[in-house]
Amino acid sequence: MNDDRKTIGSGGTPGRGNRQTSPSAAARSLAGSGPAKKSAAKPKKAAAPKKAAAPKQQPAAKKAAPREKPRLRAVTDEDAAQAAAAAAEEAARRTRTAGAAPQPAGIPIDEILVAVVQAAQRVLGSDWESRVATLLATVRKRLGGDYEVDEFGFDPEIAEVLTAAIEPIAEKWFRLEVRGIENIPEDGGALLVANHSGTVPLDGLITGYAVKKYAGRNLRPLGADLVFSLPVVGQIARKVGATLACQEDAERLLTSGELAGVWPEGFKGIGKPFAERYKLQRFGRGGFVSSAMRAQVPIVPVSIVGAEEIYPLVGNVPSLARLLGLPYLPITPFFPLLGPLGLVPLPSKWIIEFGEPVRTDAYDPEAADDPMLLFNVTDQVRETIQQTLYKLLVDRGNAFF
Amino acid sequence: MSRVVLVTGVAGSFASLVARGLAELGEDAGIDKVVGIDTILPDADLGGVKFVRADIRTPVIGKVIAVEDVDTVVHLDVNPPQRGRASGKELNVIGTMQLLAACQRSSTVGKLVLGSSAAVYGSSSRDPAMFSESLLARSGVRSGFPKDIVEVESYVRGFARRRPDVIITTIRAAQVLHRDIDAPLRNYFSNPVLPSVLGFDPRLQFLSLDDALAIFTQSVVHDRPGTFNAAGDGVVLLSQAARRLGRPTLPLPPFGFAAAARRFVRAMGSDIPPDLHRLLTFGRAIDTSALRDIFGYELTRTSQETFDDFRRSIRPGILATLGGRT
Repeated sequence: MNDDRKTIGSGGTPGRGNRQTSPSAAARSLAGSGPAKKSAAKPKKAAAPKKAAAPKQQPAAKKAAPREKPRLRAVTDEDAAQAAAAAAEEAARRTRTAGAAPQPAGIPIDEILVAVVQAAQRVLGSDWESRVATLLATVRKRLGGDYEVDEFGFDPEIAEVLTAAIEPIAEKWFRLEVRGIENIPEDGGALLVANHSGTVPLDGLITGYAVKKYAGRNLRPLGADLVFSLPVVGQIARKVGATLACQEDAERLLTSGELAGVWPEGFKGIGKPFAERYKLQRFGRGGFVSSAMRAQVPIVPVSIVGAEEIYPLVGNVPSLARLLGLPYLPITPFFPLLGPLGLVPLPSKWIIEFGEPVRTDAYDPEAADDPMLLFNVTDQVRETIQQTLYKLLVDRGNAFF
Repeated sequence: MSRVVLVTGVAGSFASLVARGLAELGEDAGIDKVVGIDTILPDADLGGVKFVRADIRTPVIGKVIAVEDVDTVVHLDVNPPQRGRASGKELNVIGTMQLLAACQRSSTVGKLVLGSSAAVYGSSSRDPAMFSESLLARSGVRSGFPKDIVEVESYVRGFARRRPDVIITTIRAAQVLHRDIDAPLRNYFSNPVLPSVLGFDPRLQFLSLDDALAIFTQSVVHDRPGTFNAAGDGVVLLSQAARRLGRPTLPLPPFGFAAAARRFVRAMGSDIPPDLHRLLTFGRAIDTSALRDIFGYELTRTSQETFDDFRRSIRPGILATLGGRT
């Protein structure tokens, strides 16, 4: 490592500092005594940033070195560093002179423009122009009302935006794990039946996201009428594909080959106390089974673990809820206490398992009028989900870590 | 067999077009004569229609039917009231009662075509996405025009029970959207600023004028007993409609929207019926598969196309440049 020794005899290890790649003694003497020697002795990689950072420390060294180089060798790292340092100094001097004699002030529009273009290039990649054009065209189309919604009010463009917005919440916050995605048919109608929990129906959103992301299909949730009587909520629900949970809509969706999702526990499931978590409530009146039978589509049982812990419901204010026309008014450990901060869902770990489909095409469509058969199939689906929930809970371990 | 057709409410813009269309079909379709009846003189040229100025709320209607030997009655212009609630109810409900009473006594009447409205399904948050003919209104038919139309239909059902030999066709049509047809939604969309309900984006359906005329003509010329929905396929959201028109919406809170919107629209020199607010809150869509499969009429225009035709026929809104639609 000692430069002096190398200049005397040994060539040193190839590739390290030696006569060929370090300044000559003449150059070092020109540059001055101590500091010059040290900087020259440094490995080149370290030297470069140092010089660039403090270019004015050793002007002599910089001026001397280029003079030597043509005779010694081709361009090296150090050359580049020195050239850069020189350029930096030049630039610094220019700004200094500019500061001394200020030019007429004005907005440097072209510089800003260049900066914006470069920023766009960095953010959007090399094909940024076409991307921006597409974005602008989309905005223009939206503003012009030039888009289609289906008869339920489903707007696929808005649904895509929602999927993209939910992705970080599902993947990073809830660390979603999806199992059995192959049980969702690739085409044709199917009825997804899931357990409902979590005080706020986030499980519907996340299930819709999982189906869209991993199966590439749009889930059309069937919601309670409360959803559609609320301002804003009802409007958004229709645009992302939800419709009212009634027999007509369910059959219309299923016979047209859509993937419908129901949460038959309804408010009994979503608004149950934290102590009763993962205990399935009554599955409605089995209406979902009769709809699936009439449409002759399979029922896919969906077990969702994790939604119970997002807002642990520890209390309820029934009188106030009745006054507001709500099914329940939740109190969670954080909700009224921390105000808006209490609205942040707890980061529980989620597992969604799509179970093996229950086929209904073995029955006649007229079998939908046989209540005993409906109860049996309903119980079968409910029991499947309950058992899967227990299994998933064991697999998940701790709810949060 | 030559027939005599009676059309009620021919002073109205739509009914006069239906009457003229039937008169122009003439002998080819077996129509001998078309008699139009209304309380006021029609503005439009009625062509070959014989106009009788009479009030269907009085027993005079029975004499008209007897004198003219009417065998087909087309009951149209059951419309949302423009001038106050009381007069509208008189015309719609009492007029229908008198007309049906006259038809029941007549031995010549063999067919009744009722121009009903999709408003019979009401409008509420508990509605299914699409109403088919067998469904009943869930809510929103307790007052105003929807209540009238439900009563009108129930009287017609009563008439059908008493005179089972009469062929009855009920057309539950969505609103016809055309520049020249006086309809609540046309008046609404003609405003420079559209008051809307904050947080709600209703699904609306429209029926094109050509389709509506063809449906009524066919139900007179052919025998199509039953109840049929009629509306352009697909839906248009109110927000989408406003953007297409280039007219800004003015979101008003749901509570008290009806009165506020009406006042606002009046200030802009137009008027909307007071019961339009439910449609503007929850919207409504109807299933037209029965019209296609049983009635046998293939709709030519979707709701979107009907709306675009309407948009091209009126002055572009102030925001029209934003969307760049011509």
